[in-house]
Amino acid sequence: MPRTSIDRRTFLRRGLIGASSLALGGCQILDSVNRRDSTLRDIFQSASGLTHGAQRLLGGDQTLAREYSRADIRQSQHPNGSVWPTGEDYRQMALDGFADFELSVTGLVEAPLTLSRGALMAMPARTQITRHDCVEGWSCIAEWTGVPLGHVLDLARPRPNARYVVFHCHDAIERSLSGPIHYYESIDMVDAHHPQTILAYGMNGAPLPIANGAPLRVRVERQLGYKMAKYIHTIELVESFANLGFGRGSYWADRGYEWYAGI
Amino acid sequence: MPREETPAKGPLIYRQSTWTRATHWIWAICLFFLLLTGLQIFNAYPKLEIGVESGFEYDNAFFEIGARRGADEIQGFTRLFGREFDTTGVLGFSNGRAQGFPAAVTIPSTRSLATGRLIHFFFAWLLVGTLTVWFVASLLNGHMRQVLPRGADFRALGRDITDHARLRFHHGRHYGALQKLTYALVMLILLPLMILTGLSMSPWFNAVVPWLLDVFGGRPTARTLHFLVMLLLTGFFIVHVVMVLASGPLNGLRSMLSGWYRIDPAPEADADRPDRKET
Repeated sequence: MPRTSIDRRTFLRRGLIGASSLALGGCQILDSVNRRDSTLRDIFQSASGLTHGAQRLLGGDQTLAREYSRADIRQSQHPNGSVWPTGEDYRQMALDGFADFELSVTGLVEAPLTLSRGALMAMPARTQITRHDCVEGWSCIAEWTGVPLGHVLDLARPRPNARYVVFHCHDAIERSLSGPIHYYESIDMVDAHHPQTILAYGMNGAPLPIANGAPLRVRVERQLGYKMAKYIHTIELVESFANLGFGRGSYWADRGYEWYAGI
Repeated sequence: MPREETPAKGPLIYRQSTWTRATHWIWAICLFFLLLTGLQIFNAYPKLEIGVESGFEYDNAFFEIGARRGADEIQGFTRLFGREFDTTGVLGFSNGRAQGFPAAVTIPSTRSLATGRLIHFFFAWLLVGTLTVWFVASLLNGHMRQVLPRGADFRALGRDITDHARLRFHHGRHYGALQKLTYALVMLILLPLMILTGLSMSPWFNAVVPWLLDVFGGRPTARTLHFLVMLLLTGFFIVHVVMVLASGPLNGLRSMLSGWYRIDPAPEADADRPDRKET
């Protein structure tokens, strides 16, 4: 009998010490995962691949994101990230009302393209009222007008080895010693050919505002906001991310966010 | 207080199967990390709203944590249904930083939405897998029948509540009425609700299962429900640990580690259990 109670007391004491150190240190025990080279991070990252796989498996390629009605637009689209690119090229173009804007389509394509703003706006357009979901946790409904990316890709004729569509942008959130680090994003060919994936030049019935990505941004409606690159000047088709940034396929993926942002 | 100190010992019975024990501890770990990474994720947008979108030019938030410059220092505040509280040092502003929940309860302790999400989704997958295993195993090995409350449990509920209030715990062969109700609520309602409200924040999931978003009333509302169910689960965890400590922690821990549980000696102690079975 005494043995039991000593055991219990010891057990409880140890348990409490263990539990309290876990609780107090709880905040810090996984801080190492912040490091990009952490092995633990790779383990946790494996779940992200599982998410992408499960979503492709269950979701199909063509399911549409919810489209809302005009009555659901109660405010202007909340801008986030870059709201005014600072580069001289961009500034000049903005002053001219983006009249001289040209979109380049390069990389693994049979027919590289240079498309003026007018040429883009003359293409078949799609208008959709959708909800923009930010990784931070907020949502905002707006109407977007643009040309389906699939249409532009059909004109450029991707080569068979093209696996990703990369968007190169004017804006830079930070600077490195060698200059500004420009925003870039990428999506796979499935999302690139999704009917709601459009290169938007209009928003809520007006030209796309600068804060929301003028003159051209992409909408990828089944993923989070950071995938929908703003201020796009070049679309490049690639086979891998090896030659881009830190090799993870997007500015934010290079900084630890999931490349596939369907969740 | 703990029953095993009373001189007359009841028999040890094998109460918890390996499946029950293993899944119990796996989701204990899961819920710990999900909670603390969840608070990290919440900090990226420390508001709870009702609706199909967030209000930037109108207000649909009923709960908000924030920081603002006061007279001579930064103040943390918490707003609930329009009433504002000064929560400097805990919520809104702590450790010299403007942040919703303090570093002591977030993983990682530094501000990192990316890492918080990475760990959150890892344990979310593990939780879904474990819950599935538990569900299948419990259906096959009869554990589900022990957890699901029956008519007799509801009739015994009043008595069971009084007994708990008096800290008079029964150590029977089977779960008591309150236990069954609580476990059924957590396992069959709260945890599935947690998973579904979490999934409803995924734009991909919304495209595949659009009707569920309507059931929850929009993405911000689903996010709010996710937070409220978190509060219920945290409440359950606290009560659960208090009950284990109050009703004989060693016996309880032994049953969840080895499966063996010592029940009360006298048969009459078990007489009022509605589902009592002789073996």
